[in-house]
Amino acid sequence: MTALTATGALVGLNLRRDRVVIPVCILIGAGFVLLTASSFQGLYPTVADRADFAATIRGNATFTALYGPGRALDSIGGLTAWRTSSSGAVWVALMSLLLVGRHTRADEERGLTELMRAGAVGRVAPVAAALIVAAALNLAIAALIALGLIGLGLPAAGSLALGAALGMTGLVFAGVAAVAAQVTASARAAHGIAGAALAAAFALRAAGDAGNGTLSWLSPIGWGQATHPFAGERWWPLLLGLAAAATLTAVALALLARRDLGAGLLATRPGPPAAGRNLRGALGLAVRLQRGALLAWSAGLFLGGLVIGSIGQNAGELVDGSKSLADIITQAGGGSVVDAFLASILALMALIATGYTISAGMRLRAEETAGHAESLLAAPVGRLPWAATHLVTTMAGSAVVLLAGGVGVGLAHAIGSHDAGQVPRFAGAALAQLPAVWVLGAVVVALFGLVPRAVSVAWAALGGCALLWFLGPLVDAPGWLLGISPFDHVPAVPAASLAAGPLLALTAVATALTCAGLAGFRRRDIG
Amino acid sequence: MSTAISISGLVKSFGPARALDGLDLSVETGDVHGFLGPNGAGKSTTIRILLGLLSADAGAVRLLGGDPWADAVALHRRLAYVPGDVNLWPNLSGGEAIDLLGRLRGGLDPRRRSELLERFELDPAKKCRAYSKGNRQKVALVAALAADVELLILDEPTSGLDPLMEANFEECIRELNAAGRTVLLSSHILAEVEALCDRVTIIRAGRTVETGSLADMRHVARTTIVVETDAPPDGLAALPGVHGLRIDGRRATFDVDTPQLDAVLAHLTQLGVRSLTSRPPTLEELFLRHYGDELHAPGEPPALSAAAR
Repeated sequence: MTALTATGALVGLNLRRDRVVIPVCILIGAGFVLLTASSFQGLYPTVADRADFAATIRGNATFTALYGPGRALDSIGGLTAWRTSSSGAVWVALMSLLLVGRHTRADEERGLTELMRAGAVGRVAPVAAALIVAAALNLAIAALIALGLIGLGLPAAGSLALGAALGMTGLVFAGVAAVAAQVTASARAAHGIAGAALAAAFALRAAGDAGNGTLSWLSPIGWGQATHPFAGERWWPLLLGLAAAATLTAVALALLARRDLGAGLLATRPGPPAAGRNLRGALGLAVRLQRGALLAWSAGLFLGGLVIGSIGQNAGELVDGSKSLADIITQAGGGSVVDAFLASILALMALIATGYTISAGMRLRAEETAGHAESLLAAPVGRLPWAATHLVTTMAGSAVVLLAGGVGVGLAHAIGSHDAGQVPRFAGAALAQLPAVWVLGAVVVALFGLVPRAVSVAWAALGGCALLWFLGPLVDAPGWLLGISPFDHVPAVPAASLAAGPLLALTAVATALTCAGLAGFRRRDIG
Repeated sequence: MSTAISISGLVKSFGPARALDGLDLSVETGDVHGFLGPNGAGKSTTIRILLGLLSADAGAVRLLGGDPWADAVALHRRLAYVPGDVNLWPNLSGGEAIDLLGRLRGGLDPRRRSELLERFELDPAKKCRAYSKGNRQKVALVAALAADVELLILDEPTSGLDPLMEANFEECIRELNAAGRTVLLSSHILAEVEALCDRVTIIRAGRTVETGSLADMRHVARTTIVVETDAPPDGLAALPGVHGLRIDGRRATFDVDTPQLDAVLAHLTQLGVRSLTSRPPTLEELFLRHYGDELHAPGEPPALSAAAR
């Protein structure tokens, strides 16, 4: 097969380029599962402990939507699988799609693929190499998880099933990314398509698990959970994933054969020969550059809000049997069960919306490294005004994304409860998260101004906040540790009452970080 | 005559690497000034400091009478810049990019814009992602040349242009120069510099090695002479300033230091000149003189001089 010539060499090149990122991704993915298992072992050593804990979980619609249905929750394995199978799948999927996108469309957009393909390199080799590396990475994570869980003394079959389920989900999203990379000429758009597929997979699973389960079968994350690790393993759902991965790979290769190097499936349309009225200055440009992502994220959160908001209706019924949960809710501020459920959904949405905030804020650095900023800053545009244009679009855009999610939740709830007042109520509640989101946006600005090379550390900050939010309460993390995350300080409106103090404090932190970043940017070299 | 750009003792380090090491540059208002140097000599770094994109570690820099770092925005209203590596927003069309950059400087003359588009045969409706390197270069050139500014800073502006477009570019620069504009032209293309520039500065490894008018530089360099004489061309080797003498019967080929030209010609007339061609030093020879083996500084990596040859 000459189409595959030099695939091996490209695999080596990809491994060399990602020699730090890949091991870190594997360790985080496997570490998350293994740490969860060992902390459950420490917290709930006996079957009786676990049964007590399981009683607080069972029937909790929030937990079911977030993590999936719990099975065999009186065993360490069952608890671990319930807690990690959804978020672990999101992690491996994200990793796989970023890795494949980076070595296919991103390389092609930058002209690297042209350079490689001009050598004795087969047409399919770059895509094949990216998929092989992604497959190896998922295999390594699956093996580490299986061996690690067996090492912790968990049953071998369940350990293997959980590892394989996660690895399989990663493979499917590697295939999704390979297809997305063929569709559009822009790496940013390709990542957007693959990311939207992942969001849809999560939403379908969440809606399916909170409902009658049918929708979960449309989601690769659902297939992984359908293996029932530690609860009478079923192996055939893994075949669904492998078949999907193979089909997606075949589709990607077929599309690759139909298009030219550097092009997407659609020909690039000509643009306007002259600039319109909106493209007047640096702000107009920033809006133009950011609006596509803003619209996509807003639409995504709105739809997600609609789906989850409609589940919320059932939360009250589902939770009836659980007395301990009712206690928790009373402690949280005494609102209704539905409000408590939706408040935690809004908190999750804020974490997701921060993904927009960080990627939009990182546009500053992307514009700088791509050499675009040089053209503007050599024109009569000051550094601070230029940075401000992206800052304003990022921070205001974050409000729009949150608002879209809140309106989605509110609208679904309003339809279910025949109360139009729910729309502004939840829109406002979503906006209460804004100061916390801004803090993360301000972290991007601070990094951009002070240590521009390390600007992607902001993603790690978001990952840390997500980890604290998901795992913190589970492992009884101390208050000061939870308090590191800005999201910990946001009152759980509408279930709790709105307190202005923490929100003002968060806004002040965001302002201080932003000022520090801008002061650094004013002084440093560009490029 | 006032000075548009004056740089003295400019130093800039990137970590341990010293990119600029006491560079001097002086550009008179109304001149087209050539800025020459091999790859990595520090041309683009100097230009980025002039634009206030990089800060200087040491040295004095004045641009149009202002401080390029502190007065960046005010100064940028009076200049236009074409980067060496033109990167444009992939989802904007060429026309949009030109208009955007023009509007930032206070608006473009639409007639001038369409005239330049026609001259450079550029289709403004294409998306920047679809332009070739040469066409991206044209977008930046049209945006800069259409701007009504005092100073143009051009960093290898014709890299990627075809010879026809290069000729168009030279014509544009001549027109602008005739209208009193100042141009700093960094280039590798010596013929272009020779055709356009009044004065040149040659830099190497972050330091200025030669600066002045081309005429002056030629004066200190050598002229190549091919001569055929009646009498055998003896005694040439003994004359001061004669280098690389080759004698083939009555025909002699040699280089002579320009100050010694008169004495050498006097000697030749005594021998009876049958034919004589003399060629002034090209810029290429001036350039190579600074990078070739002759001025090879001790301890300099040999790769540099090998590359220059």
